[in-house]
Amino acid sequence: MTGLRELVPAVIGVLVRRGADFASAEDAVQDALIRALEAENQPRDLKAWLISVAWHRFLDTVRADSARRDRELAVDAQPPGGPVPATDDTLRLYFRCAHPSLPPAAAVALTLRAVGGLTTKQIASAYLVPEATMAQRISRAKRRIAGAGLGEPGDLPTVLRVLYLVFNEGYGGEVDLAAEAIRLTRQLAGLTDEPEAAGLLALMLLHHARRASRTGPGGRLIPLSTQDRNRWDTGLIAEGVTILRTALARDRLGEYQAQAAIAALHADARTVAETDWVQIVEWYDELLRLTGSPIVRLNRAVAVCEADGPQAAFAALDGLDPTLPRYPAVLAYLYERTGNRTQAADLYAAAAHAATSVQERDHLTREAARLRQLDA
Amino acid sequence: MKYLLLKHYRGGPAPVVDYPPMDQWTPQEVDAHIQYMNDFAAKLEGTGEYVDSQALTPEGAFVRYDGAGRPPVTDGPFAETKDLIAGWMIIDVESWDRAVELAGELSAAPGAGGRPIHEWLEVRPFLTGCHTVTE
Repeated sequence: MTGLRELVPAVIGVLVRRGADFASAEDAVQDALIRALEAENQPRDLKAWLISVAWHRFLDTVRADSARRDRELAVDAQPPGGPVPATDDTLRLYFRCAHPSLPPAAAVALTLRAVGGLTTKQIASAYLVPEATMAQRISRAKRRIAGAGLGEPGDLPTVLRVLYLVFNEGYGGEVDLAAEAIRLTRQLAGLTDEPEAAGLLALMLLHHARRASRTGPGGRLIPLSTQDRNRWDTGLIAEGVTILRTALARDRLGEYQAQAAIAALHADARTVAETDWVQIVEWYDELLRLTGSPIVRLNRAVAVCEADGPQAAFAALDGLDPTLPRYPAVLAYLYERTGNRTQAADLYAAAAHAATSVQERDHLTREAARLRQLDA
Repeated sequence: MKYLLLKHYRGGPAPVVDYPPMDQWTPQEVDAHIQYMNDFAAKLEGTGEYVDSQALTPEGAFVRYDGAGRPPVTDGPFAETKDLIAGWMIIDVESWDRAVELAGELSAAPGAGGRPIHEWLEVRPFLTGCHTVTE
């Protein structure tokens, strides 16, 4: 039923053009979508069917509302004349769902429902919250953006950040969020010629290509340096690199393109030893110039260590706040590279203590254990 | 009946086995321990007895209301709290005896040298909802 979900944004667009407000249109389409998912036989023309069911659902709601409140609603059941490109509607939907006034979790949920066509139940299961909680999060989000007109210019960086958040969540429940994020970003990149949208798509594809090699037995984390590179998906890598090249040729660099460039350089190395660390450091310099982010400086230090050795990397850490997430883990790695295993193991243990995920905690504990075993 | 199997970083009766912290085990021992935990949860999923499990970070804080118009008061984190919860597993089983049996099994997870860690787990029955028929 993947074809069904792809129709959702267009169907919402049709209802909005016919005069429905966004929040009601979105609800009506969600109802129609659930009915379609539960139906035994698929209608031949799914899109026409969805539009018809959703529109009637919407009219029912409006009639019930107006009867209850005894007020006139300016709803004209006739579709306005003149075709409007559906792509514009879909693009506006992205901007609306990832409106800058929404908290990230709300924008994520609304985007997955209205643009992604997932049901509230699926989104709830992906984020491990009760369905009623997710339903409330979505309706609060819709109330919040009710005043924002469909015509107002969108904020692409916010849309990209929302899609990036969805991608990073990985998988939970029955929905593969990483694959869903790729699908939505691919669609977005087709709707706008902003190179950062292509950059984000390339970044996702290049990371997704390594997914099979990133975890070992029992879900344990396998770092880039020890991944089985034969398991990388060369098709996804080739696609990511091609998209990135085209984006970079536009000469409007942004943070996603720079991150994708780093991922592409890793993907390009058949062994760790073949990694072009000097170029990676250069891309980190670009990324740092674009973002000024301390996290980028921290990651850059690891690349500097590979390119110029641990002493240069210690210098690269200079002035960074030691309470940054992953700072002790990076420091541990640098000490390990200097051969100071005891110090490194203690730092890995401290990093495990401060870890924010079970996988990361277990990985860092294992790193500490590995070094202590070498020393024993 | 649902039961909470509560795992503590510190607290509870005196440990019967004095095992070193996990980062001082060998990597193989760490893996074996994690594998045991995963297998245990998978087994309970298979028997229809698993509900949920979560791990907590070692640091947090105590928080309380401090009156209208005032921000909440926080206290901690405390480096040396006597009782520190590390995480939990929730199971849905037939009886208290079954809950105890499973907690015993979980506590046998291997540690340094592959020997069971004999960790104390706190088993707490959930208060149930109100049943429609109570007589």
